[in-house]
Amino acid sequence: MKFNSKPKSLLVALAIALLLLPFVTDALLGRGWVRIADFAMLYIMLALGLNIVVGLAGLLDLGYIAFFAVGAYCYALTGSPHLALAFPSLLPSGVHLPFWIVLPLAALVAGGFGVLLGAPTLRLRGDYLAIVTLGFGEIIRIFLNNLNAPLNLTNGPQGISRIDPIKVADVSLNTSQEIFGIALPSVHLYFYLFLAFTALVIFISQRLEKSRIGRAWMAIREDEVAASAMGINTRNLKLLAFAMGAMFGGISGTLFAGFQGFVSPESFSLIESIMVLCMVVLGGMGNIAGVILGGVLLALLPEILRHGVVPLQQALFGKTIVDPESLRMLLFGGALIAMMLYRPAGLWPSRVRRRELDTDEAT
Amino acid sequence: MEIFLQQIINGLVQGSVYALVALGYTMVYGILGLINFAHGEVVMVGAMLALSALTAMLGWGVPPLLALPISLMLAMAGCMALGYGIERIAYRPLRHAPRLAPLITAIGVSIVLQNLAMMVWGRQYHAFPQLISNQPHLIGGAIINDIQIVIFIMALAIMAGLMVVVHRTRLGRAMRAVAENQHAAQLMGVDINRVISITFMLGSALAAVAGLMVSANYGLAHYYMGFLLGLKAFTAAVLGGIGNLRGAMLGGLLLGLIESLGAGYIGDMTGGFMGSNYQDVFAFFVLIAVLVFRPSGLLGERLAERA
Repeated sequence: MKFNSKPKSLLVALAIALLLLPFVTDALLGRGWVRIADFAMLYIMLALGLNIVVGLAGLLDLGYIAFFAVGAYCYALTGSPHLALAFPSLLPSGVHLPFWIVLPLAALVAGGFGVLLGAPTLRLRGDYLAIVTLGFGEIIRIFLNNLNAPLNLTNGPQGISRIDPIKVADVSLNTSQEIFGIALPSVHLYFYLFLAFTALVIFISQRLEKSRIGRAWMAIREDEVAASAMGINTRNLKLLAFAMGAMFGGISGTLFAGFQGFVSPESFSLIESIMVLCMVVLGGMGNIAGVILGGVLLALLPEILRHGVVPLQQALFGKTIVDPESLRMLLFGGALIAMMLYRPAGLWPSRVRRRELDTDEAT
Repeated sequence: MEIFLQQIINGLVQGSVYALVALGYTMVYGILGLINFAHGEVVMVGAMLALSALTAMLGWGVPPLLALPISLMLAMAGCMALGYGIERIAYRPLRHAPRLAPLITAIGVSIVLQNLAMMVWGRQYHAFPQLISNQPHLIGGAIINDIQIVIFIMALAIMAGLMVVVHRTRLGRAMRAVAENQHAAQLMGVDINRVISITFMLGSALAAVAGLMVSANYGLAHYYMGFLLGLKAFTAAVLGGIGNLRGAMLGGLLLGLIESLGAGYIGDMTGGFMGSNYQDVFAFFVLIAVLVFRPSGLLGERLAERA
């Protein structure tokens, strides 16, 4: 399903619906759900980034959240009073770089980490990449947790707070604004910002997928030997996919830090990497619409579980037997297995993938 | 000098546990060319099962020296069943699928196991009961206690036993044949599925022993213990040359030494900037270094480019 193959009017209707979404949600479900929608879009951006790595290039990255963490801490360090603790004489009030300068820098730093990590592993088999990224995700967390002594760089497990809010044209998104007489609370403002970014990420993903590079990635995914026989520089292209995915992760991390105003290592645990991976696998590896679907479903799932499972158990057994958090993880794990066994192309498979599977059955 | 000797002892003991877990990775890899991500969780389940059985039996008044082997047997049996089940459910149907598929199911399996364990045993740390007299012995100023001696000797004995099984028995010959060439082995009348299942069960039994050893050594067990342990044991397997049994043993011992010497001296090396809380980082850097400089590992053949 390609967006631009739809009629224009459908696209316009979709855009209007999305623009009205925060108001509708606010009125029907309460402001908390607008915030959830904001987070859902961050996850969608992450999932689309990981989709480039896993879905298009076929490289399993199990520590994707580490790049999200890199982006988040880039902005947390350069957009908060925190560094004053480490260098009191040099930076008495910390560093307060504007968000729009940090954003590209953070993307570059995250991409750099991606190259650093990918370079030794990508010339080897994919399994090594999976393990190395798994380890990297954990190592980043160990460093973030421990780099608070003797020099307090990351403030350890307490995390960094008082991060500057994101400003758009000198308007801080942390305060409510009034435009044309319509009151826009902070969560709504962030909603529109994230919507714009998500749209941009979708656009880039789509263009990438149809580009020469995207086709090369898919060729590598399907058969690396054949791809390199066709003259594709497989190592460099894999590295590019990996770095590109890392950059998307870094960008969403930066947005996350500005939105939350607070980052701590516990936001970047393995669970989060798995969750993003689930979004990609569940929705349909390599299909943008499917990945978005997966992202929406899985971002809403914890909330649904919290509001659905706990009262249900209370009613049935009088107490909470299975807490929603571990139930969510069980579902994720089970979904990964079941999807691979029964529907390897995802809930909403890409056309190419479906065609491949059909021919597999025919032969 | 005492510190040095002490770290060597700690490293060898820890390393022998890594070696047992690494053997599980390497056996499966050797035969299927697949990294069994869920192996670390099997170790965790083994530790938890053994611990539960042990605590229950001690509660009933069973003498400790009888309870220990029984609970070890129970844990091994449980893990063998688990290993068999994992292979049947998550790997066998995908044996001819693209590479990515079994990796993803493996991750799924380990998440499911971890969370099931958390539901069954809770989030808290479980203390390992004091069974054998934990008499410390002094060797040149360094301390080694009875538990460590038992762990080390037992690990060596098990590894020797495994070598005998693989190189001297009919089953071992079948395993090596399947590792060499599945189709040819099948043509020679080897029941491939059976051999693969047995390999998984053997690896899982070793994992159960390792799980018991880890929890005895540290005095505790936890639902999350399998993750890092699995990662480190995998590093050990890669360090020694994945697919190579002797390599896994060597890699395990070496990694244990690197880790404990590293943790002991990193404070001095970095002028106090990093402390022993970075212990878990070493395995990762070893892994990266091996992959950069010698992807085939210390004793491995060239496997790196096998697609």
